[in-house]
This record gives sequence, structure tokens and C-alpha cells, in this order.
Amino acid sequence: MVEWSDQERSIINGIFANLDYEDVGAKALCRCLIVYPWTQRYFGSFGNLYNAEAIKTNPNIAAHGVKILHGLDRAVKNMDNIKATYAELSVLHSEKLHVDPDNFKLLSDCLTIVIASRLGSNFTPETQATWQKFLAVVVSALGKQYH
Amino acid sequence: MLRKKEKALIQEIWDKMTPVAEEIGSDALLRMFACYPGTKTYFSHADISAGSPHLRSHGKKIVLAIVEAAKDISHLTVTLAPLQTFHAYQLRIDPTNFKLFSHCMLVALACHMGDDFTPTAHAAMDKFLSAFAAVLAEKYR
Repeated sequence: MVEWSDQERSIINGIFANLDYEDVGAKALCRCLIVYPWTQRYFGSFGNLYNAEAIKTNPNIAAHGVKILHGLDRAVKNMDNIKATYAELSVLHSEKLHVDPDNFKLLSDCLTIVIASRLGSNFTPETQATWQKFLAVVVSALGKQYH
Repeated sequence: MLRKKEKALIQEIWDKMTPVAEEIGSDALLRMFACYPGTKTYFSHADISAGSPHLRSHGKKIVLAIVEAAKDISHLTVTLAPLQTFHAYQLRIDPTNFKLFSHCMLVALACHMGDDFTPTAHAAMDKFLSAFAAVLAEKYR
């Protein structure tokens, strides 16, 4: 089981309490599709992804990014049992969506960069370490049910 | 593979970072030490706490080397030849650490540049730092 200090819980809750989901969710997914273009393979039915501009203005991508970000809310509410919380989602990503679990890390890195650019110097090294620890637990839980 | 526009973008960013080399470099290092404690093992001889003279000068040194390489991206192997030898035979830092540092450098750039660190700039910079790290490790074996 993952141990969380009071400070770490406070950092994670603090970031989510002040999060602009519409903005950050959309930006994180767009960034992933632009920085790691091979991730576009999962979004064939989402419309025009031809270039960075098209991706940034694609409403389907924006909406999906927000959906993904809200998906993290359950982990924040259940930090002591993220593995169980995401068991079903893990099965979904494996059996139905067929997403290579390596992609979870790519999206999580892009989310980190977007949060960093929003928070600036408030995204201290310690905050980054806690944030990355949280995302690593989420990524691990999402990959758990693959076989 | 870096395109002409990407090389220009990278050079532009590193030109802007030159006056704050010490700040960006030490920030990236501090982030790496906080997120990946194993990286501190290479600095057991030094004071790498926030604000320490060693941290600041070391961060500056690294950024200035990147700035220099960014001036002629097509010839990374030439520019980095002395550093290749140094890392392979003297420092012998495990090259997986280059990835960790590169990630923290991207975060430092994002914190510093905010929205100016666009997805296009991020993509170009990620490619450049990956190429830089690959060249740096070339003489290891």
C-alpha cells in the first residue's frame, strides 16, 4: 500500500482544489497528441488532427481531455486505495480501448508540464515530486489489470 | 529528426535562457534531486542544497553547455566531443539519468516560460534534449 504524508495529501488536494479542469484537461491531451504524435492512433474517430493548430481547436479532443482529468478525481478522493479504485478502468483500457500502458506515462508527463506552466514557481521541486508520485501510482493502477 | 523550424525555435529559447542560465540550471537540478533521489548519489562530495554555490555554478555550467550545442544542432557530435569523453571515462553517470534530467529541464522551462512553452516548443525541446543525451552517451562503450 502506498504511504502518504499529511503534507503530500495537502499538496495533491491543493492542486485539484484550484484546478481549471476545462483549461488544463484540454491542454494536457492536446499537448500529448502534439509532443507524442503516435498517441493519435487512439483518436481516429475524433476528427481533424492534421497539425498542431487543428489539434488545439478540436472540440472532441478538448472534451475528452476534460473527461480524463475528472477521471483523476476518484484517485484524489481515495488516495489510500488507488489500485482498487481504478481496477475497472484498467480493464476498460486493456480489453476495450486496447491502449498500450506506456502511453499513460506520456500523458502524465504532459499533464505535469501543463500544471507547471500554470503554477510557475509555485510548482516547487517538492510539489513536483509529490505530484509525480501521485501520477505514478495512478499510472501503475491503470496498468494493473493488463494480461 | 529535427526540422529547420524546430532548430530555430530551440536556438531562440536557449538564447533567451542564457542570462538566467544559473537560475534555470539549478532549478532543473533541484527538481531532479527531489523527484529522483538516486541522482543525488553522483553528488555525495558536494553541497547541493537550494542556493548553494556548487549547485548554482553546476546548473549554470550544464545550461551553458546546452546553449552552446543549440547553436549548431546539426553538428552535436563535434560540439559535444570533449563532454562525451568526460562523461564516458571520468563521470560515468548512468545514461538513464540523462532522461530524468531532461524531464526536469522541461518542467523548469515550463515553470519559467508559462504559456510561451507551447506544445510545439515542448516537442522540439524534447527531441533536442533526447538527441543531446544520446550523443553524450555515445562513447560509453
